[in-house]
Amino acid sequence: MNTELLIKNGRVIDPANFVDKKCDVLIVDGKIAEVGEKTQDPRLKTQDCKVIDAAGKLVVPGLIDIHVHFREPGDEEEETIASGSTAAVAAGFTSVVCMPNTDPVIENETDVEYIHRKGRQTRKTHVYIMGAITKGLEGVELAEMGFMAEAGAVGFTDDGRGVQDPAVMLRALKYAAMFDVVVAQHCQDNGFADNGVMNSGYYSTILGLPGIDPLAEEAMLWRDIQLIKKTKVRYHAQHISTAGSVELIRAAKKDSLPITCEVTPHHLLLTEECCAEYDTNYKVNPPLRGDKDVEALKQAIADGLIDALATDHAPHLRSEKELEFLAAPFGIASLECALGLYVKALIEPGVLDWPGLISLMTEKPARIIGVDKGTLGVGKQADVTIIDPNAEYEIDVNTFRSKSRNCPYHGWKVKGKVEKTIVGGEIRFEAENQ
Amino acid sequence: MALKRKSKQFKWHRKHLLGLRELSVEEITFILDTAKGFEQISTRSVKKAPTLRGKVVVNLFFEDSTRTRNSFALAASRLSADVIEFTKKTSSVSKGETLLDTARNLEAMGIDIVVIRHSAGGASKLLSRNIYACVINAGDGFCEHPTQGLLDVYTIRKIKGTLEGLKIAIVGDIAHSRVARSDMWAMTKLGAEVIFVGPPTLMPPQVDRLPVKVSYSLDEVIEKVDVINMLRIQFERLGGNPFPSIREYSHYFGLTVERMKRAKPDIMVMHPGPINRGLEMESEVADGRNSVILEQVTNGLAVRMAVLFLVNQAAAQEK
Repeated sequence: MNTELLIKNGRVIDPANFVDKKCDVLIVDGKIAEVGEKTQDPRLKTQDCKVIDAAGKLVVPGLIDIHVHFREPGDEEEETIASGSTAAVAAGFTSVVCMPNTDPVIENETDVEYIHRKGRQTRKTHVYIMGAITKGLEGVELAEMGFMAEAGAVGFTDDGRGVQDPAVMLRALKYAAMFDVVVAQHCQDNGFADNGVMNSGYYSTILGLPGIDPLAEEAMLWRDIQLIKKTKVRYHAQHISTAGSVELIRAAKKDSLPITCEVTPHHLLLTEECCAEYDTNYKVNPPLRGDKDVEALKQAIADGLIDALATDHAPHLRSEKELEFLAAPFGIASLECALGLYVKALIEPGVLDWPGLISLMTEKPARIIGVDKGTLGVGKQADVTIIDPNAEYEIDVNTFRSKSRNCPYHGWKVKGKVEKTIVGGEIRFEAENQ
Repeated sequence: MALKRKSKQFKWHRKHLLGLRELSVEEITFILDTAKGFEQISTRSVKKAPTLRGKVVVNLFFEDSTRTRNSFALAASRLSADVIEFTKKTSSVSKGETLLDTARNLEAMGIDIVVIRHSAGGASKLLSRNIYACVINAGDGFCEHPTQGLLDVYTIRKIKGTLEGLKIAIVGDIAHSRVARSDMWAMTKLGAEVIFVGPPTLMPPQVDRLPVKVSYSLDEVIEKVDVINMLRIQFERLGGNPFPSIREYSHYFGLTVERMKRAKPDIMVMHPGPINRGLEMESEVADGRNSVILEQVTNGLAVRMAVLFLVNQAAAQEK
């Protein structure tokens, strides 16, 4: 095994350190040893050192996805930590954060350790976990947040549903203040969501499907902002999807509240109109919204209001997605094509440049979950992704390493291909036929 | 078939009838013209035509229905088809055998036409994409109920001659009504002006984007309209508490004898059935001289025969 790795001639983008230049990156013993124009580590001459020529490529900190569902334990037929992190590493991700809505729910330290162990055994990406806010995600009693935080949980969420009771949410935020961890919320007030299966509006009306009012998201986000004003605890709004949410975030950030938020690729690329043929691959929660919402989210990204891009990778079996739109589960599996999707949504229309995109996929999400990652600073663990920014390819779900195929982007042509993914100095993924 | 073809140049090509939104004016008119030719079968002494002899029609009903199911069964048997009744009441669409598995099993038995009623919007579309047989939507959630929409416009056309320029009120729980939607598509395509009438809590989201007018006052509308279609309050679909009481609902939206006094003398009173007497309308109105409720049922038969005939013909041409 190489203990030294030299990545030469790439365009190194390290937003945390304001680096964007053509240079080399030297990795020694799994850590970043040097980032410079002519890297000359004295040991290079004496020891075996693997050299990667990255000319024409981007060399960036390993990508981080803070919102994935790997379905283990409980639904291993859909995805496992092994299959999910294999897919992740092929998509350039070196760290992922799993959601706790598994079966059983991740709600104590043993559960957290189980996820970590599975991640280590797979030896692909770093696998992090957010624990449940409430036991069984039932929104009633607090889960053991302290023990989970000590075991390494990087945050808490009842993702899949929002914590409905404001008193319970207030209690969770107050209690979390002891541990300096982020409390994340799937903002959805069930009263307004009303068992809906898509965005409430013209399309839900003509399709005869119950709609989820944008208010469901906005009402809970507004409520939570009032709670953060009171508690000042770090809060993260997951997968925001409406123009109204953007305005709430804008105001809260203006008030310097400790709030962050993420946006998914589907809320940047798809709209409710996609549901018109009842294709359940477009059934996702929060639902696909309107054009105005997509524009507002892009504007928010351009304005620097969004703190992370996250896929909300939600694999499901084909047999489940073959049900009626009303009955099929929510979720889009998009981890494996995420980078190309972000390029299409953000770089191609000029919303972001590469450093801007990389920042939202590395240092900023790392900061949300409080891990020392997402940079190429000297001495940091060497998680590095090498990207060919111009390589165009067609998304083909049949090549996915993920176990599931519920991906509406099948057949899309996208740009931005991951060439190599290096985790802790070790090459964990290399694209074929280079 | 001795059908009088008004539009000779037109050729029907759909092997599924899933909704009226996607149909052109010509297609709707063609179905109505075809239905006219079938009407006389029901008045003959031998009420049978050989049109679908040797064909198998499945009535695949996942929701309660008496009228529509019987109407389809009778229509199919008048055309000499074999009819299989497959009734499966499921409280939850996700439990048990999936829709596609059920359909594939039926298809393995060699069926030609599936008539499906289901509580989920889009169920018929899902089916049509996954099986070879013809699919006729007999009501999917609150999306569409195309044969009801067709028989409604058929009935209006028969009595009024045309829908062009007519004002038609559809009253009640618009939000959860597939009949309101199918009626809206058919009626507006044929040139009528449609007014949705009901409390705001029973209007669907972004109703302003539909090709209709909206009114919250039956009293304002009653004097102006040529046709009034009173929807059934579907207690099983009403979520929450969209109006405070039945009494208050009837007060504002019930078709009473009093209200009828202010209506045009030749107003057509329609109802897709079954009626909640005394709720949507008073018995005296339901049974009154303006009521065409039973004619709707009679016409439904002819319309369904026409639809069965046309989809089967389209499938035969495809082979």
